[in-house]
Amino acid sequence: MSNKDVASLERIAPELEPQSIPTPERDVIRFVQSDGTLTELGQSRGVDVGFAQSLYREMVLARRLDVEALALQRQGELNLWLQCAGQEAAQVGSIRALDAADMVFPSYREHAAALSRGVTASELLSPWRGASHAGWDGSARRFHLYSLVLGTQTLHATGFAAGSRLAGTDDIVLTYFGDGAASQGDVNEALNWAAAMKLPVVFFCQNNQWAISTPSSSQMGAPLHQRAAGFGMPAWHVDGNDVLAVHAVTEAAALHVRSGRGPAFIEAQTYRMAGHSSSDDPGRYRGADEVTLWGGRDPISRMAKLLGELGTAEQFFAGLRAESDDFARDIRSACLSIERPRFEELFGNVYAEPHPVMERERAEFCALTSMLDAGV
Amino acid sequence: METMTLGGALNAGLRRALEADERVVLMGEDIGRLGGVFRVTDGLQKQFGANRVIDTPLAESGIVGTAIGLALRGFRPVCEIQFDGFVYPAFDQIVSQLAKLRARSGGRLTLPIVIRIPGGGGIGAVEHHSESNEAYFAHTAGLRVVSCSNPNDAFWMIQQAIASEDPVIFFEPKRRYWDKGQVEPHADLPLHGSRMLGRGDDALLVAHGPSVALALAAAAAAHEDGYSVGVLDLRSLSPLDLPTLLDAAKRSGRVVVVHEASTFGGIGAEIAATITEHCFADLKSPVLRVGGYNIPYPPAGVENEFLPDIDRVLVAIDRSLSFQVAS
Repeated sequence: MSNKDVASLERIAPELEPQSIPTPERDVIRFVQSDGTLTELGQSRGVDVGFAQSLYREMVLARRLDVEALALQRQGELNLWLQCAGQEAAQVGSIRALDAADMVFPSYREHAAALSRGVTASELLSPWRGASHAGWDGSARRFHLYSLVLGTQTLHATGFAAGSRLAGTDDIVLTYFGDGAASQGDVNEALNWAAAMKLPVVFFCQNNQWAISTPSSSQMGAPLHQRAAGFGMPAWHVDGNDVLAVHAVTEAAALHVRSGRGPAFIEAQTYRMAGHSSSDDPGRYRGADEVTLWGGRDPISRMAKLLGELGTAEQFFAGLRAESDDFARDIRSACLSIERPRFEELFGNVYAEPHPVMERERAEFCALTSMLDAGV
Repeated sequence: METMTLGGALNAGLRRALEADERVVLMGEDIGRLGGVFRVTDGLQKQFGANRVIDTPLAESGIVGTAIGLALRGFRPVCEIQFDGFVYPAFDQIVSQLAKLRARSGGRLTLPIVIRIPGGGGIGAVEHHSESNEAYFAHTAGLRVVSCSNPNDAFWMIQQAIASEDPVIFFEPKRRYWDKGQVEPHADLPLHGSRMLGRGDDALLVAHGPSVALALAAAAAAHEDGYSVGVLDLRSLSPLDLPTLLDAAKRSGRVVVVHEASTFGGIGAEIAATITEHCFADLKSPVLRVGGYNIPYPPAGVENEFLPDIDRVLVAIDRSLSFQVAS
């Protein structure tokens, strides 16, 4: 339809004006600005310095894990690494707003959230070293296995929440996904399902601006937080690099969800500071200016400035640097001591009940191995 | 004649197809500006524009579903699925929609769509990036399924697939993307023809895609032991090139099928059944299969135990050669 046609439609049928039109993006909720100063909203909320320090500590350790893991990948000790650098505030702020019993369904870049849930460096690095598909016990950590097929976990989260409601418990579920995954059918099915059934799910979208080489602007026709209304759930749009704002918003969403009023949606604006993976070369598709701009919005340095302003002693920062150095050493030794599984054990992991094909093939594999070892 | 990598040959073939027919459009995740994660479409968006080399939203069902719509409107879409394990969100669109629309329309609709899938393992990748899922598609009537093994076939087969009036699932052996080879000035086989390599007086290895190089290595090793072992590069998994397959099977009388996919319900089972049905009397031993074990593709640290290797192929050849019917 040409502009002329649209104009005639408006003239001929003014009573048929659309009842719903896309609305512009809402401003993000922000407590702490990039330079570490508090916004008006941040000032009115006040800062619990001890708590802010604990969030800061988790972000610093997560960043260190990222740096060490990338180095290990470059040295050939990991096959691949997906950095979460830049997204620490979105992850730490949100996961710390949950109760310990609440279940989390991550995508695959949630290393900071994983550490917060007690997943160890060894467990986290294991899949990237080719030793497992998922290194940790998801039930024990209340942190499900990573999902590499995008968006699939949002439906699992929805089903888990349905189970909690059936079981009559008051725990809720939070699921992480990205701006790219939001284009998948599964994510949109999960949003609809959870809303239709009024299930206790917090849908937490880390909009890190890039799905490999595709910018968010080409990924969707309307801001993600606006999409939630169409599904029938409230949404918050938050500065994902502001750990205090993310925490407050997630607390509010969790409260809404826990009270039985159905799911909630959070869009956290953040930035994938590195490539999609250690194999990616982001210089092929994005400019240095943008990277510099977001570098200035770093979630960790802004908190360091704020904490300093609020009188945090140098001793705290020095102690954290020492802890981070120790952690780095632990990460390296943990990585190097990750053992490959024994291939014959894998046949026992496929089915819960005995299966003749597994037993036959394990026997065949073992017989072949002994025959080849014997040099026959 | 020109030397190219397999990935480079696909790139050149896609460029020729885009030049030859303006109805050809490429679509997929990260195929434009980035040139695809394997760079198979490198430079094509720059040359042909963002309307013909389309960076899509991250949605595989969307890629195939909208390709069907484009085809209904007269275009010839070539879809890239980024990795084998990411095709399943599009499975409904492929097996229930794409494969069936022509038959449902009483033969009135044509859907000239190619779906390129980098398949197979052996590159140390994480989960869902190393699968061999060709049998799902070969099982589905309405789809043609092909698998290239070298640069020359990659160059010609991608153009033939795009020229086909039917949907073609086009498997690319991702671990061979960087293998180099000669690209000939003319195609010497139709899209669904198989290629016989060597004679195979004693035994025949049947392989496709990434396993062809392995089969050739095993044949060379067997040759050193004095056996004539031929290799049939299937190239087409659906339909099978029956005349070539059956001639080769009859000449050797002993057949071993090699593929990376798990053997249960796989292409090897179809080959074994077909050979047995058509040339039972010519066989000197049962058709054997060497494939991935029947477990989900394992962590990369142990993928070499999972994948067929030269030892396992040679053991199977030995078993075939030494087989005797109990009297």
